[in-house]
Amino acid sequence: MELSIIFLPLIASIISGFFGRYIGDRNSEIVTSALVSISALLSVHVLYQVIVNQYEENIVIATWINSGSLNVNWSMLIDPLSAVMLVVVTSVSSLVHIYSIGYMSHDPHKPRFMAYLSLFTFAMLMLVTSDNFIQLFFGWEGVGLCSYFLIGFWFKKESANAAAIKAFVVNRVGDFGFALGIFLIFYLFGTVNYSEVFQQIPTIVDKNLSFLGFEVKAIDLICILLFIGAMGKSAQILLHTWLPDAMEGPTPVSALIHAATMVTAGVFLVVRCSPIYEYSPLILNFITIVGMTTAFFAATVALVQTDIKKIIAYSTCSQLGYMFFAAGVGAYNVAMFHLFTHAFFKALLFLGSGSVIHAFKDEQNINNMGGVWKKLPYTYALMIIGTLALTGFPFLSGFYSKDAIIEFAYLKGNTTGYYAAGVGIITAFLTSIYSWRLIFKTFHGEYNNKNIKIEETHESPLVMLLPLFILSIGAVFAGFLFKGLFIGHGDNFFWADSIKFLNPLSTEHPPLWFLLLTPCLVLLSIPIAYYLFVRNKDLPNDIALMNKPLYNFLLNKWYFDELYEVLFIKSSKKIGLFLWKFCDGTIIDGFGPDGISSFIKKCSIKATKFQSGFIYQYAFIMLLGFSAFLTFLIVK
Amino acid sequence: MNFPILSSLILLPIVGALFLFFTKDKNGNILTAKYVALFTTIVNFLISIYLWISFDQSTSSFQFIEDRTWIEGLINYKVGIDGISILFIILTTFITPLCIISVNNSVKNRLRDFLIAILIMESFMIGVFCALDLVVFYLFFEAGLIPMFLIIGIWGGARRVYSAFKFFLYTLLGSVLMLVAIISIYWITGTTDVVKLYEIGIDVKYQNLLWLAFFSSFAVKTPMWPVHTWLPDAHVEAPTAGSVLLAAILLKMAGYGFIRFSLGLFPVASETFTPLIYVLSVIAIIFTSLIALMQEDMKKLIAYSSVAHMGFVTLGIFTLQQQGIEGSIIQMISHGLVSAALFLTVGVVYDRMHSRLISTYGGLVSVIPKYSILFMIFALASLGLPGTSGFIGEFLILMGAFKDNFLVAVVASLGVILGAAYMLWLYKRVVFGKLINEDLKKIVDLNRSEYFILSCLAAPILFYGFYPDPLINTIEVSVTDLIDMHKTNLASK
Repeated sequence: MELSIIFLPLIASIISGFFGRYIGDRNSEIVTSALVSISALLSVHVLYQVIVNQYEENIVIATWINSGSLNVNWSMLIDPLSAVMLVVVTSVSSLVHIYSIGYMSHDPHKPRFMAYLSLFTFAMLMLVTSDNFIQLFFGWEGVGLCSYFLIGFWFKKESANAAAIKAFVVNRVGDFGFALGIFLIFYLFGTVNYSEVFQQIPTIVDKNLSFLGFEVKAIDLICILLFIGAMGKSAQILLHTWLPDAMEGPTPVSALIHAATMVTAGVFLVVRCSPIYEYSPLILNFITIVGMTTAFFAATVALVQTDIKKIIAYSTCSQLGYMFFAAGVGAYNVAMFHLFTHAFFKALLFLGSGSVIHAFKDEQNINNMGGVWKKLPYTYALMIIGTLALTGFPFLSGFYSKDAIIEFAYLKGNTTGYYAAGVGIITAFLTSIYSWRLIFKTFHGEYNNKNIKIEETHESPLVMLLPLFILSIGAVFAGFLFKGLFIGHGDNFFWADSIKFLNPLSTEHPPLWFLLLTPCLVLLSIPIAYYLFVRNKDLPNDIALMNKPLYNFLLNKWYFDELYEVLFIKSSKKIGLFLWKFCDGTIIDGFGPDGISSFIKKCSIKATKFQSGFIYQYAFIMLLGFSAFLTFLIVK
Repeated sequence: MNFPILSSLILLPIVGALFLFFTKDKNGNILTAKYVALFTTIVNFLISIYLWISFDQSTSSFQFIEDRTWIEGLINYKVGIDGISILFIILTTFITPLCIISVNNSVKNRLRDFLIAILIMESFMIGVFCALDLVVFYLFFEAGLIPMFLIIGIWGGARRVYSAFKFFLYTLLGSVLMLVAIISIYWITGTTDVVKLYEIGIDVKYQNLLWLAFFSSFAVKTPMWPVHTWLPDAHVEAPTAGSVLLAAILLKMAGYGFIRFSLGLFPVASETFTPLIYVLSVIAIIFTSLIALMQEDMKKLIAYSSVAHMGFVTLGIFTLQQQGIEGSIIQMISHGLVSAALFLTVGVVYDRMHSRLISTYGGLVSVIPKYSILFMIFALASLGLPGTSGFIGEFLILMGAFKDNFLVAVVASLGVILGAAYMLWLYKRVVFGKLINEDLKKIVDLNRSEYFILSCLAAPILFYGFYPDPLINTIEVSVTDLIDMHKTNLASK
């Protein structure tokens, strides 16, 4: 039964991908949605078993690579951590499948789209249920591939193709670090299985390695290399540039891959490797700083973007930053909790924005929307719920998880912790501002679209609203219901051995003023945003005009893309051209085969001149030779 | 004495070629020639599969040995196989029939002669992989040049003569040194029998020079940087079937030679020169990947990517780690399948549009979807996606390299990023995007034989990606013993 959770999506993908032409669009949609939904129900059952019966299992499906001491299996590991991920992945995936039936109704390639979605689900499940690093890597690259396919789904769009390649290649940069991390683990432990590696970790805590001329602690090196992989997949600062571009893909894809599941794989990796990270305070601090910086950076950029999906993409980036700094301060369970709640409300926001885009017939600029909240009542209401949950409005899911992160950062009690908590609070405020900006600009104010009339905008069909509705239930209640389970301090610690804490987490509570600070800011931000974006719309523009350089800096996303363009893309093209034309062409060929053959040719042309056919010339040469020979004999 | 199965494998294609001589080469009779060639190669493939089945995986000693006196007291015709060579033999017998099926689309004139060249080449290449005598190896190794030279020179494109000579010049230059080395080995030890040489070993003081002589030949054939420039030219000018044979099998002879002779005969020198190999391999991986990024000609791009992939192979071999060497062998097999497939996919559109330039294409997916799917599989295998055979090879090699030298592994891993960049960019420019070129609208999708060939190649690429056990089991014992032998040799000297 457990195996069918993984393989049902694969079967769905094969049916829809290879036989979609024969069974028709509607049947492909039904088959894929049904199979993935069954998989979701089974996952819920597994999670229930894990909660109630402490069910754990490690199923070996088949051997994969057996080379010398390297033994890798295809396997399925069920423990609390993977069970939670199973539920997140399959439930969001099945809802997105259903939603896509409505959203993609005008697309001519439905079976292909559904096949990619199911294939993605399969790869993601392989990733989360692996019991070793190499199958994890398989899933890791597999989800990257599906993301590549889905971002570039509209293959005629030049920008979509470019974004797809960018996503894959940037992820490969992360994978480069990740692969090196795996090599190092194999080098040190001779195995890549989690349980065996985790067991041996304490034995190498004090081991030093000389790596590229630096003397470093082996454990720090493993941690940083694995984290580079996580940064790529989870779009952390420096390797984040692919995520906003990935919005070129269809919106259901953004909801599934670029909000709820794939991008959280990095967080999952860090949490999964908590038995390693716990021994490396240095890298944990680094993770905190990266997470915090990303959270802040992405929130500032989201403030000024005008594309509805890009705003939510940066918001995702920012929330992933939160998850990382939760992991960085050692609160892995809180990171997982935020991952869990975030999956619901962010998928809700994305699908909601998809519904808006659908209503406006593929308009994505929020400046060209407005005033339609009466026309799209359900979408509006559901988007509000998503926004409230995201901003951490009291008693919705984001409130429990995000505030917990900030609290744990504070409780960490060191400089990084306080600093992170501070940035966390500021970012929470920014999050609230940009989220409400999105809502107000999209649904309130005057209607601003010139292409279609307000009467033509329409509410989405039921098949699209139903998944939104289910997600909104999650967004409202997930935090409240699962708080005790995920981050409680009870005797029955839910995570069991899947998360390791070297020092038990602090069970104290921060002071009351601190607890109230974030919710107050969040509440305060709603009227501020209302004032700025509905009442006094000129004010934001004036502020932007007054701080033109800052505004441009944010609008251009801190100029990362431009920097990378010059630093990596253009320069590697130049180097490539140089190596090809100059090194290969001029030097190697010039002095090699071409040079030698032309040299020989020249020599032989010279040599043929001797054979002129005139006897007196031959006689002269003979005389010369003879006299030289004689001279030589005499001198000798 | 048992049935001489290896000799029949070697001779059968030549016999087939003889038969071809007697078929008439006139219009209408072309099919006869093709069927004869196809039949021969398929029988050969079946024999090699039988060989694999009856092969004993539990021992590393040579099997199916045939030993006949050729020149009294001087050279013995000795052939035999172990776990390493058998895979290359099967690769050869598997690729050749596919080449022959693909031929009718690309070679228009003198088809019979073309088929004869291919068959003879198959003979020689099988010979290379089972030769157990240095002289026999040398003869097969060099003789393989001749049919390839003819294939490029006669059936090639516009600059075929230049390319053919460049190819010949490079490869011959290296081989001459190898011949000298073989003669000196005979003088030093009194034998050219590889098995005996393994036992008695070669004096350390000669090893460095001899290693370099063998290296010069293998480096050209691999090809390693900086003696790789013949490959792009040869590939561009060769007809599709020629490119396929060249990339899939001819290049593997050198990798095989490194394992069998450089490591086996000169353990001390191999250790000494490992840094040289590392440096050249890493340069090959990074430089040629960057060059591949900038190519405008599809075949050239794939040729340069071949150089990068073979860089991984040489890197893996000299790590002298179980994972490294096994990875190299799997990478060679995988590259044999993938590069063959990529050249065939280029051949498919070349036959229709008569252009290899990337800029001619774009938007193919909307007109020829089947082709696009298969092309995608091969592109992904080439960039080493997990689940394809390319991943197993690359990953094992890097894992082995990491055990031996951090720096090398780190720099070589960068090649994996570049590999993704140039392959996906190629695919995007050819297959995705808007269909701009009007002529492309009339292009037809794969016909039945093309579909068959490409599926035949895609199947093992995916199968061994998910389940490489059959390959690894075959080579495991041989590689383990090779490393053990190498270590004892090193320790004793």
